[in-house]
Amino acid sequence: MKFSDEFETRFTMMARHYPTKRSVLVPALLYAQDEIGYLSDEVIQEIARRLELTELDVRNVISYYSMLTTKPRGKYNVQVCTNIACMLRGGEELFAHCRKKLGIGHKQTTQDGRFTLEEVECIGACSWAPAIQVNYDFHENLTVEKLDKVLDGYQK
Amino acid sequence: MASLVSHPDEVKVVSRRFGQGATNIDRYLELDGYKAVQKAFAMEPDAIINEVKNSGLRGRGGAGFSTGMKWSFVPKQSAKPKYVLCNGDESEPGTCKDRLIFEHDPHAVIEGVMIAALAVGSQTGYIYIRGEYRYLSIIMQKALADAYARGFLGKNIFGSGRDLDIYWHGGAGAYEVGEESALMESLEGKRGIPRIRPPFPAVVGLWGGPTVINNAETLASVPHIILGGAEWYAKVGTPKNGGTRLFCLSGNLEKPGVYELPMGYNLRKMIYEVGGGIPNGRELKAVVPGGSSTPVLLPEEIDISMDFDSVAKAGSMLGSGGVVVLDDTNCIVKFALRTMKFYRHESCGWCIPCREGTDWLEKTLTRFHAGGGLKKDIDNIQYLSENMLGRTFCPLGDAAAMPTIAFVKKFRKEFEDHLEGRPCPFERAGAVEQLPVLA
Ligand SMILES: Cc1cc2nc3c(=O)[nH]c(=O)nc-3n(C[C@H](O)[C@H](O)[C@H](O)COP(=O)(O)O)c2cc1C
Ligand code: SF4
Ligand code: FES
Repeated sequence: MKFSDEFETRFTMMARHYPTKRSVLVPALLYAQDEIGYLSDEVIQEIARRLELTELDVRNVISYYSMLTTKPRGKYNVQVCTNIACMLRGGEELFAHCRKKLGIGHKQTTQDGRFTLEEVECIGACSWAPAIQVNYDFHENLTVEKLDKVLDGYQK
Repeated sequence: MASLVSHPDEVKVVSRRFGQGATNIDRYLELDGYKAVQKAFAMEPDAIINEVKNSGLRGRGGAGFSTGMKWSFVPKQSAKPKYVLCNGDESEPGTCKDRLIFEHDPHAVIEGVMIAALAVGSQTGYIYIRGEYRYLSIIMQKALADAYARGFLGKNIFGSGRDLDIYWHGGAGAYEVGEESALMESLEGKRGIPRIRPPFPAVVGLWGGPTVINNAETLASVPHIILGGAEWYAKVGTPKNGGTRLFCLSGNLEKPGVYELPMGYNLRKMIYEVGGGIPNGRELKAVVPGGSSTPVLLPEEIDISMDFDSVAKAGSMLGSGGVVVLDDTNCIVKFALRTMKFYRHESCGWCIPCREGTDWLEKTLTRFHAGGGLKKDIDNIQYLSENMLGRTFCPLGDAAAMPTIAFVKKFRKEFEDHLEGRPCPFERAGAVEQLPVLA
């Protein structure tokens, strides 16, 4: 199991920030996932080994956090907020449109591996609703037309 | 990046440096940055705490507890290290203000953590930012590195002989982790399951050490109080509710956005003047005044002062500053359902009333909204919610129950209109799948 140098530098630096080893676990898992695509068995074994935890400890933590996944996702994770502020301004319509356009449902991935779709809870964009996040990028004040453009931008 | 708005009634304190390039440390210094912490160095810890107490600053994370008071609970002597923990988990639906602070003025948060650390005698601070806010954690990591490079953090800061470290920490998606004890669990690398209190974090917190936990906006307000003085800050607001707060206006408004208004600003004015009123010639139906956890207000209940005490008197809460406005095209049952779906999803499952209650309520509301409601469900929804109140380890159970009780109480007729297999009166044709009516 090999991570990038960037990951290693970050991991070493962050590990120094806490009095206990396992404190680095949550951010380390997210950075590992960003690099590998998902939390594979090898990633889990490696992180558990480094932090002197059991694999079960690590899996327990993974299952708690909604951004962490042990299943591969598409290259672009399209996260559509349908929570209250977005719902009032068309968030559900955006989600329905994504389903139709991509031909997949919640937490499913397109056959070409390009997109995963996810209905998510509030992403902190309520005053600029409706909003989505594609991986970490926010797209706000959307309409169905604008959403089409956003998704087309990720087709390339 | 989130767009900025403005209104003449705004009083810019926390948002003063928004749009001014203050992520750059030199620019921050030009705009009075790191002056407050230097002033704080010359003050006794108790004097800092008193200044914050007298300013009337109350926690912007939701509960509105006096910040100075909270700091005063930290024991002076402690065998274990003390910590300051900035809560930037921001996940309460309707709330999107800490995001702007991190984006435009990250050094103000750092400076606030520094002053809190001086006040309580801590040498280590953490700034926890929710995982979805990756671009903000990048901004924060740069700001921290710049502060270290200038000698503002690390050993012998500002040549004072004191050491102070502040680190960034990131989440990975969980509303419950915003609850203070779950936040500490998360920072310690665990599932975000709340801790039983007492002991309170101010006495036994991170790794067993006394810990001050404050919201990012609370901490970003502190340097302004130290520089401008408690008296000035207190006067901006109303008695017992010092200063300003970032109100996140969202929903069916002409001009949604995050506006910084004095505490005590009138809610009706906030909706109709600052927020530009309801678009498309529609009427106001309801307002959720402080994030999804707070009980809904009716149009006739909005002539109130937006401070912690007045909103509480009106039967709701000022909460996290998220003002969600609904026009008359919206179905309250559906809104209640979406709210409950959120709490069911976020419940950590530790205690039964919350875990089972939110699940049962979501299922019932789903069936109800789809036309499968029974008359007795209405009372059952209310009864069950009332029985969740105060019976859970953390306030998430209350946060799910309180708004639900208010929806049923204030919109009972709308629940009744869904009975007997009738389709939702607000739903656009064909949008809901009809479920069979139960016997
Ligand atoms: C379920 C739940 C979620 C919370 N989420 C947040 C949050 O995202 N950010 C926050 O500052 N406070 C949140 N709080 C409040 C914190 O527990 C805590 O009171 C607050 O961070 C204290 O800071 P303050 O005194 O400056 O408000 C939450 C509370 C609960 C019960
Ligand atoms: S109230 Fe809900 S979120 Fe809080 S501890 Fe209990 S189950 Fe967990
Ligand atoms: S409700 Fe969608 S971003 Fe807050």
